[in-house]
Amino acid sequence: MRLTGTDIFIKGLKNEGVDVIFGYPGGGVLPIYDGLYASDIRHILVRHEQGAAHAADAYARVTGKVGVCLATSGPGATNLVTGIANAYMDSIPMVAFTGQVTIPLIGRDAFQEADITGITLPITKHNYLVKNIRDLPRIIKEAFFIARTNRPGPVVVDLPKDVMAQEIDFLDDEIEMSLRGYRILKSANTGQVLAAAKAIDEAARPLIYAGGGVISSEASSELTELAGKMQIPVVTTLMGLGCFPGTNPLFLGMLGMHGTGAANYAVSECDLLIAIGVRFDDRVTGNLNTFAPHARVIHIDIDAAEIGKNVGPHIPIVGDVKQVLSEVIPRLKERGGQTSWHEQLRSWKENYPLGYESREDCLMPQFVIEKIYEITEGKAIITTEVGQHQMWTAQYYKFDKPRTFVTSGGLGTMGFGLPAAVGAQVACPEATVIDIAGDGSIQMNIQEMCTAVEQKLPIIICIMNNRYLGMVRQWQELFYDRRYSFVDIEHQPDFVKLAEAYGAVGMRVAKPSEVEPALRKAMEIKDRPTMIDFRVEREANVYPMVPPGGSLNAMLGEGM
Amino acid sequence: MKHTLSVTVDNHPGVLTRVATLFRRRGYNIDSLTVGRTEDPAISRMTIVVDGDESILEQVTKQLHKLIEVYKILDITSEPSVDRELALFKVKSDPQVRGEIMQIVDIFRAHIVDIGRKSLVIEVTGDESKISALEDSLRAFGIIEMVRTGKVAMIRGYKG
Repeated sequence: MRLTGTDIFIKGLKNEGVDVIFGYPGGGVLPIYDGLYASDIRHILVRHEQGAAHAADAYARVTGKVGVCLATSGPGATNLVTGIANAYMDSIPMVAFTGQVTIPLIGRDAFQEADITGITLPITKHNYLVKNIRDLPRIIKEAFFIARTNRPGPVVVDLPKDVMAQEIDFLDDEIEMSLRGYRILKSANTGQVLAAAKAIDEAARPLIYAGGGVISSEASSELTELAGKMQIPVVTTLMGLGCFPGTNPLFLGMLGMHGTGAANYAVSECDLLIAIGVRFDDRVTGNLNTFAPHARVIHIDIDAAEIGKNVGPHIPIVGDVKQVLSEVIPRLKERGGQTSWHEQLRSWKENYPLGYESREDCLMPQFVIEKIYEITEGKAIITTEVGQHQMWTAQYYKFDKPRTFVTSGGLGTMGFGLPAAVGAQVACPEATVIDIAGDGSIQMNIQEMCTAVEQKLPIIICIMNNRYLGMVRQWQELFYDRRYSFVDIEHQPDFVKLAEAYGAVGMRVAKPSEVEPALRKAMEIKDRPTMIDFRVEREANVYPMVPPGGSLNAMLGEGM
Repeated sequence: MKHTLSVTVDNHPGVLTRVATLFRRRGYNIDSLTVGRTEDPAISRMTIVVDGDESILEQVTKQLHKLIEVYKILDITSEPSVDRELALFKVKSDPQVRGEIMQIVDIFRAHIVDIGRKSLVIEVTGDESKISALEDSLRAFGIIEMVRTGKVAMIRGYKG
């Protein structure tokens, strides 16, 4: 059979079960777009390539499948870079295809040439430049395999224009991968599993610290079983929210810089810290010297390089989280009943609840998020941008299920939430998808409103509008003597008119009493996005807060 | 402390860049790095000398393992192994000191590979300390240029 590079590309996507890709055409990918014209793969046309990368990333987060984006050579490819870095930091399976100039032109600074494999070297799990059409079937297969296995991550495949237009006799044989240096990790060392089980059995004050690895390993039910069987309280990272039910009494909330009092005190007092699918990020640990000072540490992760990178564990276990937990759980002696540890946790929860000043005269952002939680009954898929609103969402929305909270954790990418909502809604057409945004972040990828309108996606964008770059302002207030340097963004578009200009619905809410009716109205709209401009209190802060580099048990905030 | 890693990698274009980028990005120091083909044309071997404590070495090794094109990493620092480096020295040599230089060259089992009117080029193979010792001995005559290949190494015996 005579096939072109493009035919092989489309065939490869189908073999991998890809039914939707997010992309933007251009000169370098003309042969590919010619193939997509006649293909039944759904193509979502974004309005900026960064949006394609974030949408593919979010698609992967909510489905667990590999997200796919496509951009042209040169600027198209470089516009993906932030999105690729974002997926890399959060270990999201994604394959980014980029066009490239023809092979004879590579290295000659041709029009729209960029060395995208060179550029993305430190922010991809792996990348490829396809120089020979005969390698294309294998490379596509390997790219998807690498992206989704072990610790997931983004893979870039750079496709020169002439390779895609070339024709070869294609034998539809089994495509063989050639990955000698890449082994799939599953089960863990049995000795370590036994050591972990013994440590858990013996601990008086155990604590589970769970992260995004639990979600990528699909290990939520094992985690819930472990915590339930042994009555072990659970704290999660930002990336871990939803991996353990937020409404379970054993859940203490998020830990770290903006963690709850109970979560951070529990870390500081526990005698055994069971770290599962986490990487001891600086936003989580604060000062490493005073982090979990009384605890022995079990660290379970699929990536051996994470073990001992920041914190040296007493019991390291390298393996797939789901597999490891299912080996540990049957070896544990069931433990019921409440101990003084549970009593202590209960008192921390009661004494240090999350809180904010509730006011009638103005709108508190935390109140808006509580209302969103209430009205969606905790069942929405929530995406966020980055900043104060993101932390308030993590604190006040209780996520019961994995893959329902989509946020930029590691890279902290402003402008992530709106394209992420597009990706999430495309993946889950029946779900309520809400982008909780800030007025700064939303302007970074606002062009994706157009994509959402065109695709008739009923996304609800809730802007916590304080006319400040709020998180930076908070730091300037606390650590720079209130010198508010370039954070006042009162100059901004009229978001209601802007929404309407895009063909979406726009609303403005300034009073607490208007919040619920506006949200209810937005949820009834099914054929287009709604943007709600919540005019919130300007100088509300995110508390509690562990100052950067501080100890987790020294939090700032009312009553801490 | 210095560690010698013997790293087996795919003989693909770009593998060297991946390894070098990894060292740069994670802030590890490379003392020397050599790379060349092996008995299997699909495979190259890198000999990397890294300076750092145990924890740095552990991170280097684990991060290297994550590169898809890296198969095997051996820390051969404490293994019985043979290691060699090659160096070329261009030394000032007036006729009256030439004899003295030739004696030194003999002692070190080095070779003179080029003679000019006022200079000699000396080739030497050996471990790091031998090359450093020769360098010290030649310095008095005036070293015009020196180039060292960096270390290549192999474990003794059957084990690979």
